[in-house]
Amino acid sequence: MWSKSNSHGRRIAAITVIGTAIVLPLVIFVLGPNMPPGKATQVARGQVTDNTVLLVVMTPFTVFILGYLGYAIWAFRAPKGETELRDGAPIRGHMPSQIAWLATTTVAVLFLAIFGTTELLANNGAGSGSGPNPVSKPSGQVLPVQVIGQQWEFTYRYPTYGGVETAQLVLPVGQEVAFHVTSLDAVHSFWAYELGVKADANPGVDNIAYVKPAKVGTFQIRCAELCGLWHGYMFDTGRIVSTSDFKTWIAGERTAFAGIMKYLPKYSTSYSPDPPYRAG
Amino acid sequence: MGATAGKVLGVAAGVLVVGVLIGLYIGFLTNGPTPYRVPTANTGSVDLKLETVAAVGPKLSPNKVWVSYLVNENGVWHRSTVWTLPANTLVHVTLYNFDGQSGLRNPFLAQARGLVGGTFALNGKPISVIDPAAASHTFAIPQLGVIVPIQGVGDNAKNQCNYAPCALSSAHETVTFTFRTGKKGHYRWQCFVPCAAGFVYGFGGPMQTVGYMDGYVDVV
Amino acid sequence: MNVRRLIGFNLLTAVVLGVVGFYAGWWLGHQITGKSIAYFSDTNQNDIALFVAYLVGVIGFLVGLGFANYPVQRLLGKPPSLREKEQHGVRRYFGLCTDHKVVGIQYLLGIGAFIFVGGLNAMLIRFELMRPAHLVWNGNNYLTLVGVHGTMMMGMMTSGILGPFANYLVPLMIGSRRMAFPRIEALTFWLLMAAGTILMTTFAFGGFPTGWTGYAPLSEQANLGIDAYIAFFALVGVSMMLLGLNMLATVITMRAPGMTWGRLPIFVWATVSTSVLMLLAAPVLISTLLMLALDRTAQTGFFNDQTGGSSYLYENLFWFFGHPEVYILAIPGMGILLEILPVFSRKPLWGYRLAVTGMLGIAILSFLVWQHHLFMSGINADLRPFYMLSTEIISLPTGFIFICALGTLWKGRIRATVPMLFCLAWLFNFLIGGLTGVFLSDVPSDVTTHGSFFSMAHFHYTIMGGLLFAFFAGIYYWVPKMTGYNFNERLGKVHFWIMFLAFNSTFGPLLVIGFLGMPRRVVTYAGYLQGANDWVSVSAFVLGGSMLIFLANIIWSQVFARVPTGMNPWGSKSIEWQLPSPVPVHNFDRIPTFGSDPYPYGDNAGSNLAQRPIVAPARPTP
Repeated sequence: MWSKSNSHGRRIAAITVIGTAIVLPLVIFVLGPNMPPGKATQVARGQVTDNTVLLVVMTPFTVFILGYLGYAIWAFRAPKGETELRDGAPIRGHMPSQIAWLATTTVAVLFLAIFGTTELLANNGAGSGSGPNPVSKPSGQVLPVQVIGQQWEFTYRYPTYGGVETAQLVLPVGQEVAFHVTSLDAVHSFWAYELGVKADANPGVDNIAYVKPAKVGTFQIRCAELCGLWHGYMFDTGRIVSTSDFKTWIAGERTAFAGIMKYLPKYSTSYSPDPPYRAG
Repeated sequence: MGATAGKVLGVAAGVLVVGVLIGLYIGFLTNGPTPYRVPTANTGSVDLKLETVAAVGPKLSPNKVWVSYLVNENGVWHRSTVWTLPANTLVHVTLYNFDGQSGLRNPFLAQARGLVGGTFALNGKPISVIDPAAASHTFAIPQLGVIVPIQGVGDNAKNQCNYAPCALSSAHETVTFTFRTGKKGHYRWQCFVPCAAGFVYGFGGPMQTVGYMDGYVDVV
Repeated sequence: MNVRRLIGFNLLTAVVLGVVGFYAGWWLGHQITGKSIAYFSDTNQNDIALFVAYLVGVIGFLVGLGFANYPVQRLLGKPPSLREKEQHGVRRYFGLCTDHKVVGIQYLLGIGAFIFVGGLNAMLIRFELMRPAHLVWNGNNYLTLVGVHGTMMMGMMTSGILGPFANYLVPLMIGSRRMAFPRIEALTFWLLMAAGTILMTTFAFGGFPTGWTGYAPLSEQANLGIDAYIAFFALVGVSMMLLGLNMLATVITMRAPGMTWGRLPIFVWATVSTSVLMLLAAPVLISTLLMLALDRTAQTGFFNDQTGGSSYLYENLFWFFGHPEVYILAIPGMGILLEILPVFSRKPLWGYRLAVTGMLGIAILSFLVWQHHLFMSGINADLRPFYMLSTEIISLPTGFIFICALGTLWKGRIRATVPMLFCLAWLFNFLIGGLTGVFLSDVPSDVTTHGSFFSMAHFHYTIMGGLLFAFFAGIYYWVPKMTGYNFNERLGKVHFWIMFLAFNSTFGPLLVIGFLGMPRRVVTYAGYLQGANDWVSVSAFVLGGSMLIFLANIIWSQVFARVPTGMNPWGSKSIEWQLPSPVPVHNFDRIPTFGSDPYPYGDNAGSNLAQRPIVAPARPTP
C-alpha cells in the first residue's frame, strides 16, 4: 500500500508528527498547569498532573484524527462538476493499519488505566470519596471532620473538638484532614472544588475522603448531586487558616454553640435521626 | 383556491396551534406565588407578619392538608412565600405558629443564628435555643446566615386550629426576631423541620414546593 | 367527513378510550386504597390511584387502536392472518398498521414531535441560566423542566434510530417483505406515544425533582408527578424490549437467500447489537422502576436506609441499565455513519469485520462498566481500578469504528452532500465526546468532573453531537426514499452549518464551565461564570433556531415543492436504492438473491444482487 499511496500517507504522517510537535508543548506547559482544580492541596496537584497526562496521551490521537479528517476531505474530494459518478479504490481493509491502530490504542488505554490507579493510590484516594474502608490511608495524625449533608445545607462536626457542630467549614493549614461525609436524608455530594475533594453523601453511610490543605485561603463548596428543590442553592465557602487561627475559631464555636451541644446526638459516622415517614 | 392554498392554510394553522400551545406552556410554568412587597416607611426598618399552619385548607390551596407559611398583607392572610424586602434594612418579623411539634432532623438547627442581638423572643421571652424535639418549623435564609427555630404547639393544647387562616384565639406560639438585609440580591428561604406529614424523611410535598414551606426573599 | 368511518379502531377511538380509561382507573384506584393507607391522605398524593389510572388508560388506548382485535379473534377460533386489512392513503399513518414502512414513518413523526418538546424545554432551561440568581421559573418548575428534558430525550432517542430507520430499512436490507412480528412492531410505536403523553401529564401533578436518573430516596419523597416519570420509563422499557426482540427475530429468521451474516449491511449489524442490549438492559430498568413504585405505594423499603434498604441499590440497578442504555443510543448512530460513508466516498466500507467486532465488543463490554457513575459515591474502593480499566477498555472497540470510518474515506471520491456533512460532523463531535469520556473514566480526574457540567457536556457531545447528527444524516439520506420527494439541498446545508457551529459553541464552553466548578442541574451558580453561561445560552438559542430551519425545510420540500426524487438520487449500491421511491407496499416483486458484500464500490461489477432487477418499474404511489 505504501508504495502506491506514498504521498498521501507521508503527508498525513507529517501532519500528525508536526501537529503533535506543536500542540504537545502547549499542552504540557500552557494548558496542563492551568487544568483544574488548582494547586491548593497535594491532592489537587495530583489531579492536575493526572489531567495533564490524560491530555498528553490524547494529543497524538486527536491530532492524527483531526488532521486526517481535514486532509481527507480536501485531498479525496470528488472533483466539482463531475457528471458521471465514478468509484474510489476498492480497498476493503488493510491488516497492518488495523493492527497498528489496535496496538497503539491498547497501549495508551492500559497506560492511562495504570497511571490513574497509581495516582489514586498514591494520593490516598486522590480526594475522592472512598467509602467507609478506604484502600490507602494517610499515615500520621489525621483531623477528622464530618460533613453532614441535609436538605438543603451542609453542616460540619469536629469529633476531636467535643463533637461541636458548626455551619462553617474551617480547616487548619498543613494538617491532613479526613472528611467523613454522610447524609441525613437524600443523596448529596460534598464538592470542595479547590481542595480537589468530592464525596457523595448517602444516608446511613460514612464516605471518607482525605486531603491536606497546603495554602491559606478560601474554597468553594457546592453540592454536586441533585437533592431536591434547593440543590442549586446548597453552596458554601470554606476557609483554610493558620493553625492558631483555627484553634481560636473552634474555641469560639464551642462557646457560641454551647447551648445546643446538649441536644446533639453523640458523634457517630452515620445517623438515623427518626423514622422515615413522619406522622405530622 | 388550489391545493397549494389549502396546504398553506394547513401549515399556518399548524404553526398557530403550536405557538398557542407553547405560549400556554410557558404561562403555566411561570405560575408561582404572587410576590408580597413589604410596605416601607422611612424608619429604617420594616415589619413582616407571618403565620405557619398545620393545614392550609381548601380555600387557599388544592392541597388542603399541606402545611404552609402565610403572610399578612393589610390584615388578610395570603399564601405567598415570595417576599420583597428593602436592602440594608432591619426586618422585624412576627410569626404566629399554629402547627404542632415535629422535631428537627438535625438538632443543631434549633439554635438561632444571624439575628440582631443574637436572640429571638418566644412568647415574649428572649432565648436563643429551643428543645429540638419541640420544633415545629424553622425560618431560615441560609445565604444571609439567618435561622430561627419555631416552637410548636403542644399536643395537649386546647383549641388547635384546623384549616388556615387561623385566628389568634386558637392555640399558637408567638416568635419575634429581627434580622438585617444586606445588599441587593435574590435569596431562597426554607423550613428545615421535616414537617411534611407522610413524605419520606418529612421533606416532600409542601417542604419541597415553593409557595408552602419554601420561597424567595427579594432584597431590592 | 364520513362519520361512520370515524367509528372504528383508530386513533380517535384510542384517545377517547384512553382518557375514559384514565378516569376509570383513577376512580378504581381510589376504591382500592380508600382510607386504608394513612399517608396517602396525609400527603394528598394517592400514588396507587395514579398508577392504576395510567395502566387502565394505556390499556384503553391500545384497545381503541385495535391491538386487542387479533388476539380476541384467535381466541374465538378464527384462523391466523398475517396482516390487518390495510386501508390505503394517509389514514394508515393514524392507526395500527402492520406495514413496517408505515411504522417507520410514524416513528419519525412521533419521535420528532416529542423531541421538539424536549428541545423546547432545553431552551427554557438555558434561558433561566442566563443569570446566576433566580430569573423566571421557580425552583420546582425549573427542576421539572430539567427532568422532563432529560427523560423525554432519553426515552425517545433510545428508539430514535431503530424506530424510524431500522423498522423501515432492515426488512429491505435483508430482502424481506415484512418483519417477524408486524403487530408487535406497531405496538412498540404506540406504547412510545402513550408514554410520551404520560410524561407530559407530570405537570398536572406537580412535576418531579429528580432529573432523568430518578435517584432514591429523593424520588421516594417526590410528589405524584414522579409517577408519570416511572410510568413513562416503564412503557419505554417495554417498547424497547419488544423492538429489540422483533429486530433480532427478523434478522435471524427472515434473511433472503444469499444474505449471510457476513454480507449484512453494517446498519443491520448495528441494529442487531443494539437489539441485544435493549433486550438485556430494559428488564433491569423495568424492575428497578417497579421497586421504586412499590416503595412509594406499598411502603416497601428497598431504597431507604432506615428500613434496611440502601440508596446504593437504586444507583447500581439504575446504572446497570443506564450504561448499556447510552450504548443503545450510540451504536445505531455508528451504524448510520458507516452505512452512509461508503456511499459518499464511493468505496467499500473499510474493515467490515473490524467494525462488526467493534459494535459487538461495545455491546458486551457495556455491561461491565456501570460503576464509573458511582466513583465518588463511596463504593468499595477496591472496585474502582477495575471499573476504571473496563471503562478505558471500552474506548478500544469505539476506536475501531473511528478507524473504519477513516479508512473508508481513504482515497475515496468524497461528495459533500448534506448527509455526508452530518456524518463528518459526527466524527468530529464523537471524537470530543469520546475523549472527554476518558477524563471521566479516570477516577482522580473524575473528582472534579463528576456531577458537573463537564459530565453533562460529555454526554451531550456523544448523544447529541453523535446520535442526533447521525439521526439527521439518516433523515436527509433516507426520507427522500420514504416519501419520494427531495429535500432542498441549500436549506439543508444552511441547517447543517448553523447546527454544527452552534452545537460546538454551546457545549464546548460547557466543558470549561464544568472544569471551573459548576455542578449539574443547578439553577444558580457563581457570579464569575455568568459571561460564559450567557454565551452558552445564546448559542443554544441559535442551535434551537437551526432546528426551525430544518422544520421549514421539511415542510417546504415535502409539502410544497415536492421535487420527485427518482429511484437512486445518491447513486448508492445498497438494495433500498434499487427500489422505487417511495417503496411499494409489498417491497419486492420477487424476493432478491444476494451475491456479494453490501458495498460493491470500485468493483465495477454492478450491484450485489445476483439477478435481474428485483422490482418492475415504479408503480403509482398507493
